[in-house]
Amino acid sequence: MSTGFAASRRTALALGAAALVVGFTGRGTLAVAATPAAQDDILQTGTFIRIDSNGQVSVVVPYAEMGQGALTAIAMLVAEELEVDPTTIKTEMAPGDDKLYGHPILGEQLTGGSLSVRGAWKQMRQAGAGARIVLVTAAARAWSVDPATCRAEAGHVIHRPSSRRVAYGELVESARTIAVPQDPPLKEGAFRTIGQPLHRFDAAQKVNGSAIYGIDVRMPGLRFAALMLSPVIDGRLIDVDPATALAVRGVSQVVKHPRALAVVASNTGAARKGLAALSPQWDGATQANLSTADLVADLDGGMKEAGLLANSSGDAAAAMSEAKKVHEFSFRMPMLAHAAMEPLNCTVHCTPASCEIWVGSQGPGRARRQVAVALGLSEDAVTVHNHHIGGGFGRRLQSEWIVLAAEVASQIDGPVQISWSREQDFRHDAFRYHNHSAVRVGVDGSGMPVSFEHRVVGPSIMSWFLPLFVKDGIDLDVVGYAAGAYQWPNHRVEFTRREPPEGLLVGNWRGVGETRNCFVVESVLDELAHAAGQDPVQYRRALLEPGSRILNVLDRVAEASGWGSSLPAGSGRGVAILEGFGSFIGVVAEVELPAADRLRLKRVTSVVDCGVAINPNVVRQQIEGGLVYGISAALYGKVTIRDGRIEQTNFHDHPVLRMNEMPEIEVIIVDSKKGPGGVGEPGTAVLAPAITNAIRAAGGPRLYSLPVDLAVEPRS
Amino acid sequence: MRISVNGAVREIDVDADTPLLWVLRDVLGLTGTKFGCGAALCGACTVLIDGVAKRSCVTQVGDVGDHAVTTIETLAETKTGRALQKAWLDVDVVQCGYCQSGQLMQATALLQANAQPDDLAIDSAMAGNICRCGTYGRIRTAIKQAAADLQNPELQP
Repeated sequence: MSTGFAASRRTALALGAAALVVGFTGRGTLAVAATPAAQDDILQTGTFIRIDSNGQVSVVVPYAEMGQGALTAIAMLVAEELEVDPTTIKTEMAPGDDKLYGHPILGEQLTGGSLSVRGAWKQMRQAGAGARIVLVTAAARAWSVDPATCRAEAGHVIHRPSSRRVAYGELVESARTIAVPQDPPLKEGAFRTIGQPLHRFDAAQKVNGSAIYGIDVRMPGLRFAALMLSPVIDGRLIDVDPATALAVRGVSQVVKHPRALAVVASNTGAARKGLAALSPQWDGATQANLSTADLVADLDGGMKEAGLLANSSGDAAAAMSEAKKVHEFSFRMPMLAHAAMEPLNCTVHCTPASCEIWVGSQGPGRARRQVAVALGLSEDAVTVHNHHIGGGFGRRLQSEWIVLAAEVASQIDGPVQISWSREQDFRHDAFRYHNHSAVRVGVDGSGMPVSFEHRVVGPSIMSWFLPLFVKDGIDLDVVGYAAGAYQWPNHRVEFTRREPPEGLLVGNWRGVGETRNCFVVESVLDELAHAAGQDPVQYRRALLEPGSRILNVLDRVAEASGWGSSLPAGSGRGVAILEGFGSFIGVVAEVELPAADRLRLKRVTSVVDCGVAINPNVVRQQIEGGLVYGISAALYGKVTIRDGRIEQTNFHDHPVLRMNEMPEIEVIIVDSKKGPGGVGEPGTAVLAPAITNAIRAAGGPRLYSLPVDLAVEPRS
Repeated sequence: MRISVNGAVREIDVDADTPLLWVLRDVLGLTGTKFGCGAALCGACTVLIDGVAKRSCVTQVGDVGDHAVTTIETLAETKTGRALQKAWLDVDVVQCGYCQSGQLMQATALLQANAQPDDLAIDSAMAGNICRCGTYGRIRTAIKQAAADLQNPELQP
């Protein structure tokens, strides 16, 4: 995967009446461009950095802020090269625009794959460096000195020999004619800002209620709509009599859509009351008999069916036939919901010629294009403003809900905020689909593997979501980490594709393929170690490359967790490791089984090597949060279908981890100068097998399916 | 109908069975109080009514009467609220932040009822507030820090 960045983009410097604006255009190599004189709108022309004449620096963040700290990290990257105090930077979210704000790796303006910082790492530092060089050059010209005798520091240019200083703001006007260098050199170390454990820049507004999420957008004339989709998967609205809703105080309109029904009112409470008063007729015939058992049986069939070869080494079949013993394993993973705290919502103002959208999206550029197509508008006629997201976890990479909102809103005069109830959010999620795995491992006389075969059975999300990640029919996400980080003498990974039934929307879920395959591989490793009578850490060590980063995190987490020290009867530790998202993580979970059917999660120790930690505070938060998201999924996560309907509707029948069940969590960050890896997903991806391995070590059963089917006890 | 919110009496024109949450958010524009589940299962919509934590998504506005509603927007007007907000920032609690208004209101009610809560008291008071970013451990730490700060005469916020 290449970034394609340097060759396909240029830095353009543009000067407004009172601001210096640096950005990237889509037209080639680094260059200078002029912009209209009055440049009050920071969001024009793909702006990434704006410096006002009063010295205020603003940074436009191309990616979504959904808690992962993108605003903070990206402002810090700019500050590092621009030489300004990062805490003084104002951040704004970029509007939806794939051309101006596309991710250097993904090619579109997507926030996913734990890739925001990796995408921004070069891009945003180059923007900062380009701006700094232009400002230094402007100061040197004004002083008639060699720019090499000047340096930048804390928002000023300083002439070293004379100690003269000038603030960036004062240079804004004179910097007009100065070209941005083609490929500005970047610092390789001795960072001032990178690596500092700064408090997040968005925290203050999130403790006083002033942060604006999509659901908080307000404007004159705004009305509120409650939405309902078919209770049966793939159902269509036949008809509804609007009278009972219109009789509710505050209700002004009932909107029919082929797949949905919306009630518009002066407040969401009235809209919900109106919706509840309706008796819509739905046609749900096609999937009316669907149940989870059908899907599980379909994927079980896939486990017996040879798939496409994804990757291999040596001759797995020959080695298998000569193995002393062959172990066979089958794994089943359930369908999962995202269950973010902020239910889906979208605010839209349509006119016959335009559509303006306020939303929190992980793919606002794609949403803009899809809405344009759906409404028959040009892309330029659609505007998407992005906002804070109350948890994304991959759900908001999809845009079908934004398109639906726009289609509904196109029947409504004036701006409308359309919100999903929690029940609608659960039932119409873009679920993580079922995944099954069949694994065979041949071992020698000492129990060490000679051949590893893994057949992954599941859907290919990337074939329609991001074909960039499909190669020769193999979905690279589906088979991510399917062979683990291990040096198998011979191995073979296959992919057998099984798609969900028509109308059941599936999508990306935090940790993606690595989450599913890490559970499989790390469970298998543990079982092999037990069968060989070896310690699970030592068994893994023998299969990892000496001196590797993954071996280092394994060793360090074993040490930090007190691996090998004695525990009371009925307690156990489980280890799991993961290489993925450009990072390396090892975790040890400690559990207690107070009874055969009950579990208490005591603590989780983790060691992460994510390369350079741009902001260790945010890295620590993300690993903690990823682990907790993984704990909820491992202990509780399950979405089921009965009679064509999603059964789970709210937090009473879809439990998630609560404060009284929260284990102690320790996160240790490996000191590293390597390029940054992703931190949003590794914690989630690695967690489940650490728990199931710990249950096994505590005297419980080996678990081959999730979620863990034990009652969770509050922490003692 | 009239209700008292954040020290001001507000005139509203809605059905008495309208959940307080939507009156705050959609009628009065106080969007700091969040919608999470609509069924008192997640705590995102927590406000104080006469100092007691209540789920505004299941509190009918007609039942509020002349009791005083306090939301996140005026949390900083109390010593306890300021101490909690400071602790939240010091401990780097927030990630997405969506549930944190509710967490802070719930924690305020806890500290006003129990100035020195132990782990069990914190768990018991906070278990109704869901966070999907996994900030529970930091919330626990922040509540303890705020409780300690409020006891320290030199650190009166």
